[in-house]
Amino acid sequence: MSHDDHGHHKETFITKYIFSIDHKMISKQYLITGIIMGIIGIAMSMLFRLQLAWPEEPFKIMEILLGDRMAPGGVLDADSYLALVTIHGTIMVFFVLTAGLSGTFSNLLIPLQIGARDMASGFLNMVSYWLFFLSSVIMVISLFVEAGPASAGWTIYPPLSVLPQAIPGSGMGMTLWLVSMAIFIASSLLGSLNYIVTVINLRTKGMSMTRLPLTIWTFFVTAIIGVVSFPVLLSAALLLIMDRSFGTSFYLSDIFINGEVLHYQGGSPVLFEHLFWFLGHPEVYIVLLPALGITSEIIATNSRKPIFGYRAMIASVLAIAFLSCIVWGHHMFISGMNPFLGSVFTFTTLLIAIPSAVKAFNYITTLWKGNLQFNPAMLFSIGLVSTFVSGGLTGIILGDSTLDINVHDTMFVVAHFHLVMGVTAVYGFLAGVYHWFPKMFGRMMSKKLGYLHFWITAVGAYGVFYPMHFTGLAGLPRRYYNNTSFPIFDDLADINVVITIFAIITGLGQLIFLYNFFNSIFNGERATQNPWRSNTLEWTTPVEHIHGNWPGDIPEVHRWSYDYSKPGHDEDFVPQNVPMKPGEEELHH
Amino acid sequence: MTVFLYIVVALLIAISLWQLSKVIKIYKASKLETEVANNADNKTQGGLMLGFLIFLFLFVVLGYVAWKDVLLGTPASEHGSTYDLLMMTSWAIIFPVFFLTQFLLHYFAYKYQGKEGGKALYYSDNMKLEMIWTIIPVITLTGLILFGLFSWNDIMSYDFEGEEEPMVVELYAQQFNWTARYAGQDNTLGEANVRLIDFDAVNTLGLDTSDKNYEDDVITKELHIPVGKRVHFKMRSQDVLHSAYMPHFRAQMNCVPGMVTEFSFIPTMTTAEMRKDEKIVAKVKRINEIRAERRKAGEELEDYEFDYVLLCNKICGKSHYNMQMKIVVDTPEDYAAWMKEQQKAKDVITVAAN
Repeated sequence: MSHDDHGHHKETFITKYIFSIDHKMISKQYLITGIIMGIIGIAMSMLFRLQLAWPEEPFKIMEILLGDRMAPGGVLDADSYLALVTIHGTIMVFFVLTAGLSGTFSNLLIPLQIGARDMASGFLNMVSYWLFFLSSVIMVISLFVEAGPASAGWTIYPPLSVLPQAIPGSGMGMTLWLVSMAIFIASSLLGSLNYIVTVINLRTKGMSMTRLPLTIWTFFVTAIIGVVSFPVLLSAALLLIMDRSFGTSFYLSDIFINGEVLHYQGGSPVLFEHLFWFLGHPEVYIVLLPALGITSEIIATNSRKPIFGYRAMIASVLAIAFLSCIVWGHHMFISGMNPFLGSVFTFTTLLIAIPSAVKAFNYITTLWKGNLQFNPAMLFSIGLVSTFVSGGLTGIILGDSTLDINVHDTMFVVAHFHLVMGVTAVYGFLAGVYHWFPKMFGRMMSKKLGYLHFWITAVGAYGVFYPMHFTGLAGLPRRYYNNTSFPIFDDLADINVVITIFAIITGLGQLIFLYNFFNSIFNGERATQNPWRSNTLEWTTPVEHIHGNWPGDIPEVHRWSYDYSKPGHDEDFVPQNVPMKPGEEELHH
Repeated sequence: MTVFLYIVVALLIAISLWQLSKVIKIYKASKLETEVANNADNKTQGGLMLGFLIFLFLFVVLGYVAWKDVLLGTPASEHGSTYDLLMMTSWAIIFPVFFLTQFLLHYFAYKYQGKEGGKALYYSDNMKLEMIWTIIPVITLTGLILFGLFSWNDIMSYDFEGEEEPMVVELYAQQFNWTARYAGQDNTLGEANVRLIDFDAVNTLGLDTSDKNYEDDVITKELHIPVGKRVHFKMRSQDVLHSAYMPHFRAQMNCVPGMVTEFSFIPTMTTAEMRKDEKIVAKVKRINEIRAERRKAGEELEDYEFDYVLLCNKICGKSHYNMQMKIVVDTPEDYAAWMKEQQKAKDVITVAAN
């Protein structure tokens, strides 16, 4: 496709804003859709947290938001509680932190930072977004079906997800969930293939792999993990559809329910667990790696220092990516699989701590002797390192098959993964929005509101998830509608209230972000071309978006992206397109 | 009418926000301040980083002091003490690393807050340093992995050679309750399959009456086990996944329809002994204070007395949160007396005469 006539396309509203093939517009579409899904997902968590803190108390807000079917008289009912938990998980993991995060920043940054006019295939990119949009719509529609949305947990383990007799959400709700996810996977695969091809083929002159910003490295590796593992989830879902609708027995066997024996014979739910987690665990890193990449970029820029250990960072991303594909069994230590397998998975799982530790220490060393500029993006990046460490450390407990016996599926797990992948990835997402907002919208977000947003979120996130470790260690299982059926958990009532109050504060704190975001699109201060004085190529493009990104030739790259405060230069940053001075050395090997 | 009021309120809020944004805009235009962090911002935010570090440490320490009593307390099984030791070892590694990294992160953020004209050090690599923080985790984790693997092999081994023969008990899960089946005198469970369930014949677990091993099996709704004797649980489920979770024994295993899963442990404290355990006494006292308060508020509640419980810990449907069974650890004598009172399966199930 030729871009010689860039800027002179006759664009209608529809080709510019709706069926756009420009990566910058598609990135904005992903962002807005992701934010809307995020609002739904986070609002759901507020609602079920209300139930957990004040079980069976009527709340007007429940009645208004959920209606009579899910919350008769303002009291969330038990089936609907499971539905909310399920859809909250699905939306946050897939729609916000996979599509919202990767979709937004891979699309925006891959062409801009590698020096390309657009994605390898703009058309596939557009298809990818619209498939994502369609799957989001179907997922939202599934909330309104008569028997309720899917309620078997976001992991949709059969037989619960197969049998409407076992839970009403496994009827039409589950069907829509599966359809939505199948489309979602197609979207994700198209997107990932595009990212991979673009990074391999369209780098500008001089942009060798060892000069790539770490953002691109993580997006690239994330796309590879996605291509390797998402198809397995698709297969798992297809077999599940077969079991549900065509009477096969891949996952089910010997079932007696509602007074009758079902015909299923010979299948095993454990097979589903293997297939699900073959994606499910890499998925954690599909969510996490882009956030880490964004952080690497932002911390270096705002520390006015090179990222410490650039090569070690790449190596650790590769190591994490490789290991993430061979650790899925740690979700299944007590699933009934052979205990010997448990030993193997314990070994591989705990190995992940090594590259993770390297990353954490490299971030901290990057701050050391820097000249730190506390823009909101920087705050969120530092927050990310903090929660990544705190959440990651309890992984040492959960990854150990022995210790998993007693904390498996308790609130301890919920606390762990929310800190290490939930909050951490959300911080990466928010950091990215604050940092690249000027690039996306040509305006700046308010820093004051950004600061307020960060501190509320930072205190709130620990306020929610630190106490939750205690309820888990007290033996409280997750996905419990209340804990009042067990007197032994009566002393958890206070902790539950503390968690919920922090959750509500944190949730409301996000309104500051929403206001800041939408208000700044229209009223923000006009951005300069390179407001953060950054080295990467996206800041060499004009503020006003043009098709093809650069008005003239694509810049040539002469150095890596981390020449901050390099001795021998007047400014404390040297953009990648600045040629080497005579006698100047490229300092990283 | 209320709807109308809501709309008016919403409108007013919208208008005031709109006005506010205008005011902010004019204010900003007059101050010529940009949205990029300046010296003053770096100073405030750097200070807040230090403040946050203090908050985080206080929250973690005071939270522990306030909530440590809700934890499970003394383990009631033999492998439970190994489990707790491994857990403590892990925490002993986690906490120092947590405090060290959070301190460095936030302290550096405070110390190196930007100043106009400030200089950052161009420092991009140090092989030695990176080797240090690769090798230290490698060594620590090797230790943890080995400790974990040895314990895991011990706990999950169903090879009881050289031990007294363990008592076989089936845990049977269904939406939303538990049933226990004892293997009886022969210590062999009769064959069973859910296809053989027959309510008319009172054969609720689907026992195969052609396998004579079933005859002395005992089916109960409460789980009694004798202290000091290894119990070898065999788990079954009739409908969806469940998980048999016995937190005080540090024991858990999923129940999977279509297959039999296993777990075994030796209970070390009878229910009576555990009720006298210091931590449990304190916990029960606290819970009863809470319950007394709730009673005052009008709830009908009895005083709580400690019992071991078996919970379902795999999402299984509407009443997942209330799928439980009481576990009683008896002295061998009490256990024998209790067992004597139970009916044998052959006296419960009617076998059709052919």
